[in-house]
Amino acid sequence: MIKNISNLGDAALYCDFGNEVNKEINRNVINYFNNLRDSNFLGITNITPSYNKLVISFDLKLTSFAILKKQVENLELKKINNSKNNLIKIPVCCTEEFALDIKRLQKLLKIKEAKIYEIFFSKNYYCYMTGFIAGMPFLGDMDKSLFAKRLETPRVKVPKNSIGITEQFCNIYTFESPGGWNIIGKTPVDIFDNKRSTKPNLINPGDTISFYPITKQEYEKI
Amino acid sequence: MNKNYFEILRPGINSTFQDNGRNNFYHIGIPFSGAMDNRNFLLANTISNNGINNPVLEFAYQGPKLKYIGDNISINITGDVNFKIIRKNKNLEFGCYENIVLENNDCLDILSTNRSVYGYLSIGGTFEVDYYLNSCSTNTKAKIGANSGEKLQKGQIIKLKNIKKILPKNKIEYLNSKIENIRIIKGPHFDYFSKGAIDLFFGNEFNVTKLSDRMGIRLKGPKISNIQNTNIKSEGLVKGVIQITADGDPIIMLSDHGTIGGYPKIGVVISADYDKLVQIPPASKIKFKEINLKDAETIFKLYEMETQNLISNIK
Repeated sequence: MIKNISNLGDAALYCDFGNEVNKEINRNVINYFNNLRDSNFLGITNITPSYNKLVISFDLKLTSFAILKKQVENLELKKINNSKNNLIKIPVCCTEEFALDIKRLQKLLKIKEAKIYEIFFSKNYYCYMTGFIAGMPFLGDMDKSLFAKRLETPRVKVPKNSIGITEQFCNIYTFESPGGWNIIGKTPVDIFDNKRSTKPNLINPGDTISFYPITKQEYEKI
Repeated sequence: MNKNYFEILRPGINSTFQDNGRNNFYHIGIPFSGAMDNRNFLLANTISNNGINNPVLEFAYQGPKLKYIGDNISINITGDVNFKIIRKNKNLEFGCYENIVLENNDCLDILSTNRSVYGYLSIGGTFEVDYYLNSCSTNTKAKIGANSGEKLQKGQIIKLKNIKKILPKNKIEYLNSKIENIRIIKGPHFDYFSKGAIDLFFGNEFNVTKLSDRMGIRLKGPKISNIQNTNIKSEGLVKGVIQITADGDPIIMLSDHGTIGGYPKIGVVISADYDKLVQIPPASKIKFKEINLKDAETIFKLYEMETQNLISNIK
């Protein structure tokens, strides 16, 4: 549940669900997000879920912090988020040219390359949030044995569709972008595609993701 | 059809089509976008007798040079902008905030914004642009919106539609005032900073650096060190949020900002100061002043009334 609602400037609410990062707290955040999306509260312009916070921005011409805070506090949660229904399978090609950091990770984690992939592909991941750049999903949790820090010096350009890991999370770079995550492969699937007219992003907060390995030949066919 | 168009002879530094922006897509990483200076955007459309969400051409610093082909058309420019019309080898000078008539083969040369950043070109008609997720606003990072998500390019043709009859010579008397004092409300991580750091933050001027664009303004000044943690778990941002980076420098998030971020938020610029904030060019100095939420709301109401007065005083 929401522990505290404060103002983020004069045109947004900052809903605090705690400081830990775990699925229970995040499911709560996403429940509120889904219910608020269905509400007809006047003036809401954006709702941004993250690990353990929910930011609700609004049009100050139409409503105010005090009004919206009361509405959120009195919101009846009807819709329950059931992420198990939404499992998305993402193919990943892990050849050397795409797995930019696998050799380094092998040394750092003291685990053989094949074993790293075996552990990585054996788990399902939960989407805590999407964003930073359009459509980028923040997925967790990684197996503890694969926890690795960010690169000391971030790459100026991480290729589009790269799969990166850092600490308890993995993500997918939906655009070529600067970044410091450890890159272990690449997917041929566009996670964010602006040709999809209403839902450009394949992965939404609350979804469950599983990755599966593909060969370079399969990669080229997709 | 489509006999009216602009040819882009020079694209300018950062010329994009913008409207009111895109609501309700922060959660998938798509920011609000939209015209940076909302008041000048609104005035441009009002002078053109357009709907308030009609697309305009936004430019920054040096604007585009456009050749016009077609029937006579009314246009206006808002902001603090220096421009001229070249008609049959003659340079004609006009002011901002009034309708002027472009004739076939005229060249509109938008030379520069004066000690400001953004200006707007609106027409008595509609730029023929693509829409994506209910807005034409170009977002060059996500490559969405008008012009395939790109800035204007040299040699491009911009088609116009719904051309209106020549509009009355609407005019607004308006002077863009400059500000140096930006009013802010405390952010959720205000307590991450020591009393000394807070005193530095409010007591000193910051320089607006060249690393400023539609995504954000990067500032340089005294280092604002943090006594708790230079990183937080990433969370939602809004425009006007001031984050302090691990290096101790403030970054103010603007309309194309990344939707989530992991630096502590020391404060948020009040809504009423946003239009003026975005107009502060690099190499200027700014200073922050703290106010409370109630005052910010009152100041916003006054700012809105002032905008409405400007609109109702069109001559």
